[in-house]
Amino acid sequence: MDALAPLIASAIVAGTPLMLAALGLLVNEKSGVINLGSEGMMLVAAVAGFAVALDSGSPALGFAAGAAAGMALSAFFAWLTVWLGANQVATGLALSLFGVGASAYLGLPYVGETLTVHPSGIPLLKDLPFVGRALFQHHPMVYVSLLLCAGIAWFLSRSRAGLVLRAVGEAPASAHALGYNVRRIRLCALLFGGACCGLAGAFMSLVYTPMWVENMVAGRGWIALALTTFATWRPLRVLVGAYLFGGITILTFHMQALGVPIASQLLSMLPYLATILVLVLISRNANWIRLNMPASLGKNFNPNT
Amino acid sequence: MLRLEPRARPSAWMAWLSPLLAVLLTMLCGFVLFLAVGKDPVASLSVFFLEPLRGLQGWSEVGVKMAPLLMIAVGLSLCFRANVFNIGAEGQFVVGAIAAGALILRIDNDANGGFWLMSLALLAGVLGGMAWASVTAWLRDRFNANEILVSLMLVYVAELLLSYLVHGVLMDPDGFGFPQSRLFSDGFLLPAILPGTRLHPGILLALGAAMLGWLFLARSFAGFRLQVGGMAPLAARYAGFSSRRSLWLAMLASGGLAGLAGACEIMGPIGQLTPSISPGYGFAAIIVAFVGRLHPIGVIFSSFIMAVLYIGGELSQSRLGMPSAITGIFQGILLFALLACDVLIHNRLRWRP
Repeated sequence: MDALAPLIASAIVAGTPLMLAALGLLVNEKSGVINLGSEGMMLVAAVAGFAVALDSGSPALGFAAGAAAGMALSAFFAWLTVWLGANQVATGLALSLFGVGASAYLGLPYVGETLTVHPSGIPLLKDLPFVGRALFQHHPMVYVSLLLCAGIAWFLSRSRAGLVLRAVGEAPASAHALGYNVRRIRLCALLFGGACCGLAGAFMSLVYTPMWVENMVAGRGWIALALTTFATWRPLRVLVGAYLFGGITILTFHMQALGVPIASQLLSMLPYLATILVLVLISRNANWIRLNMPASLGKNFNPNT
Repeated sequence: MLRLEPRARPSAWMAWLSPLLAVLLTMLCGFVLFLAVGKDPVASLSVFFLEPLRGLQGWSEVGVKMAPLLMIAVGLSLCFRANVFNIGAEGQFVVGAIAAGALILRIDNDANGGFWLMSLALLAGVLGGMAWASVTAWLRDRFNANEILVSLMLVYVAELLLSYLVHGVLMDPDGFGFPQSRLFSDGFLLPAILPGTRLHPGILLALGAAMLGWLFLARSFAGFRLQVGGMAPLAARYAGFSSRRSLWLAMLASGGLAGLAGACEIMGPIGQLTPSISPGYGFAAIIVAFVGRLHPIGVIFSSFIMAVLYIGGELSQSRLGMPSAITGIFQGILLFALLACDVLIHNRLRWRP
């Protein structure tokens, strides 16, 4: 039992960046925009967050810098797709390719530096046996991500603004006819998504592995995209999916540490193979996906034509 | 104020002018970038865009880089025209190289080789790439799984597989534990087609693939069906064109070409299997395909430009002390610039006071 608590704890930590990014992407997609640039945004945000946290000594400023970097890139994405009408898939790919290069370039002076992470947790609760170690000794951002998940679930299903956002994703022409500014709503959704991906990237370089390594996001931006499909665009299912993937990642580490006679490379394949498996299982029923997917996902809307 | 105004019909002129504008815009961004990091922008840009083309040696090196980019981009052009977003060409490249490399390591006895056995190894590369692409095609066809995400996940899997193999069964037993295979013997190395350079017949195969790709798209019924399926899926369905056949055709063609590029790369400039055989050719080729207007002849020009960028990036490391990541930044900017310039195909700029 005592060995299980740290396992659960590390699975939650590993799942948190996935959840943050996937929640942001979910809001994007609910407004009808698919942003394939999540990997690039996370990488640039990881560098930006690490650099600011190292230079200023404040992890909070680091997270703010990560979120700002994600928002800046997603604003650029929004300008190209929402205003200029560029293809969303191609623009997202460009953002990811650019992010890989830009983060590697910007991160060069920071290779080899490390941050010290101070132990944190919720007072009183963190001293409880077992659950204290497993659930209540985490970085504050872990709890922020949980609040965010609940908040987005409430926003999308219970608030008026959430209803408008969904309307823009389902039928932009109708929303436009009702007098809603489709472009501005999509911009807001994209900025929010960028900020979430930025927080996710900063979490990677500030908490998960408190250092900068080139390409350290290692496909998590793409896995987060798959998670939105896995969750059939529901925030609470994103939570389940993210912790599941966090668990798989941690399992592979522990199997290596325990000396399971399987090559480390084969174990490292697991999260990627699991992503494919999950996509296959969830997409198998095409009708179910069609019912849940925002109807105008990936389609641009021009109010002037 | 400068305003965008929709055109009555897309401009055919702009469709071909836009890639040129994009290259100019990329250079402009490069100018600003070099200025910002305190390098002489004119000298730096000439290292990037002119130095690679100095002399026969320069041109031949550009050709060496162009071969894999062109091969992959021709396949991706077919794919994207069919609206099949195979962005995992990098993985298909790696598995093609593994298949060819494993075959060569199995049959190479230092004395054999030659045209037929090399052709066999190249064929193994094609089949390896096809097999990897068919995983994506099958999951898309049978289970409706998104091909963008599946093909991309398979890139990571392919790279880990290569790393596993060169750390294990394919490792050189006399290699002091370095994670790489033994060097292929001369009988399995593609000969130079220009004496004194590294230019190998891969470039000819790539140009041949571009011609075949053009013939397929412009002159064959299957190519027509493929493009209708991409542009107007409902029209294609009404006409009775099978979207499944187009999916498989596009994935197998692009996977096969990426696999061939991988095989050529290890039998050409590399000469063995190592854990890192591709400097991102599979991803750069996506940009090449878009900049070449998804046209098999257009990608000849865009792959040339991308090859110059690769060499320019290498030169700027040695001459200017810039990090290798600069190539990736330029690649990203080029695609952004193209997407922005493409707006002018459907819109025009008007000055409104």
